[in-house]
Amino acid sequence: MNEMPSIEQANAMSDSKISANKVQVYYGDTHAIKDVDIEIQPRSVTSFIGPSGCGKSTFLRTINRMNDTIDICRVEGSIKIDGEDIYDPKVDPVQLRAKVGMVFQKPNPFPKSIYDNIAYGPRIHGLARNKAELDDIVSSSLQKAGLWEEVKNRLDEPGTGMSGGQQQRLCIARAIAVSPEVILMDEPCSALDPIATAKVEELIDELRENFTIVIVTHSMQQAARVSQRTAFFHLGILVEEGPTEDIFTNPKDKRTQDYITGRFG
Amino acid sequence: MSEHTVSAYDEELTEMAGKIAEMGGLAEVAFADAVSALVSQDLELAKSTIANDERLDNLHQEVEMKLVEMIARRQPMGQDLREITAASRIANDLERVGDLAKNVAKRVIAIDSGLNSKKLAIGVEHMTELALAQVKQVLDAYTRRDAEAARRVQEADAEVDAIYTSLFRELLTYMMEDPRVITQCVHLLFCAKNIERIGDHATNIAENVYYMVTGERLPEDREKLDETTGAV
Repeated sequence: MNEMPSIEQANAMSDSKISANKVQVYYGDTHAIKDVDIEIQPRSVTSFIGPSGCGKSTFLRTINRMNDTIDICRVEGSIKIDGEDIYDPKVDPVQLRAKVGMVFQKPNPFPKSIYDNIAYGPRIHGLARNKAELDDIVSSSLQKAGLWEEVKNRLDEPGTGMSGGQQQRLCIARAIAVSPEVILMDEPCSALDPIATAKVEELIDELRENFTIVIVTHSMQQAARVSQRTAFFHLGILVEEGPTEDIFTNPKDKRTQDYITGRFG
Repeated sequence: MSEHTVSAYDEELTEMAGKIAEMGGLAEVAFADAVSALVSQDLELAKSTIANDERLDNLHQEVEMKLVEMIARRQPMGQDLREITAASRIANDLERVGDLAKNVAKRVIAIDSGLNSKKLAIGVEHMTELALAQVKQVLDAYTRRDAEAARRVQEADAEVDAIYTSLFRELLTYMMEDPRVITQCVHLLFCAKNIERIGDHATNIAENVYYMVTGERLPEDREKLDETTGAV
């Protein structure tokens, strides 16, 4: 399980968690991401915003090598997590994805019980030695995801029978269960109603104590609410990145200004 | 600035800027009329100035309602957010300018006699000219989105303050020389103070215009020094 770091550890980690340098992504002949450099701070929330097709999700997916699953996709440049190049041939993408979890736009619980949804990852990664340890992981993951009180009496019911918002928090609990360090979220609230959205946002705010979170969102208000830093992408380029309050009150680039004020195109 | 995808938003912003300009016009007229009523002891003008303040107040409320509505409906960001917050603060300042002008007009009725010192009248008029020019220039800077002009208004406020200080000393001298003029002089002193404060509101507006246009705070490069506090 994640242990709270000591103060010394926290100080030692004041450097970037994720460091991207001259990242290029190609889909066949299409140059989808161009020269992206970004430093992502640990234990904070970074939002990626931008119009559809700007490359924000594509870039997000380079951080846990989800793009590897697409045959025609090619990634160049370097992405380091804690100083380690994740595209190094020695890195096992399965291990990487345990360290860098992901939550998608549409809640996608496995067609299994609530318990098994959470226990699946710890089982395949061998994180629990016995049933008691596995129970602990399941309950603490659900607690961290703020779902425990709602589901503790029906852990054997199917995860797919929950409400959309609960399913999404279940997916977040599932991501947490394998003790990741980074959680990537690709529009995690776009299929949720405002109350379920607020619960997920509250959860994101709590999770940033222990995790580095990167979230892609189409809602600028959401980016403004949940993130400490915001990056604006346009046509595959990272146009501007900075403290969220600066991006939304006084962006430096005209393209950012036009986008956040609804003047695009 | 290019236009919003939602054109009604542009119309609302334009309408709001128009209302602020209208408030500015009313405040300017109220201020000029109040001082002119004071200098020429024109009771009719003083009364109409007092009555006209209601229009400015109503407009202020209308603007405030509109701004709250825009925040709720549009969730402004960036430049728009700065425009809307600046408009709210500027509307407050203009409403206060109107109140101060109204207060000068009320004192015209209370004094009930002309300024018996030509020198004092000239002092008040000169201070008014400067403060009025400040109000005009800052409203211009707002309409033209001119941060540099706003900065100049902030700088020029020191002159208004300086004249106020000298008027204050002069009134003090009169009161010491002849206690019978104390009532009149105290009213005049309040009028002068009101004019000085109108200058301060012009400076506030200048700071908001600067922030609205640039996104940066206007540095306060002069010391806020009220020399009259040392003169007593």
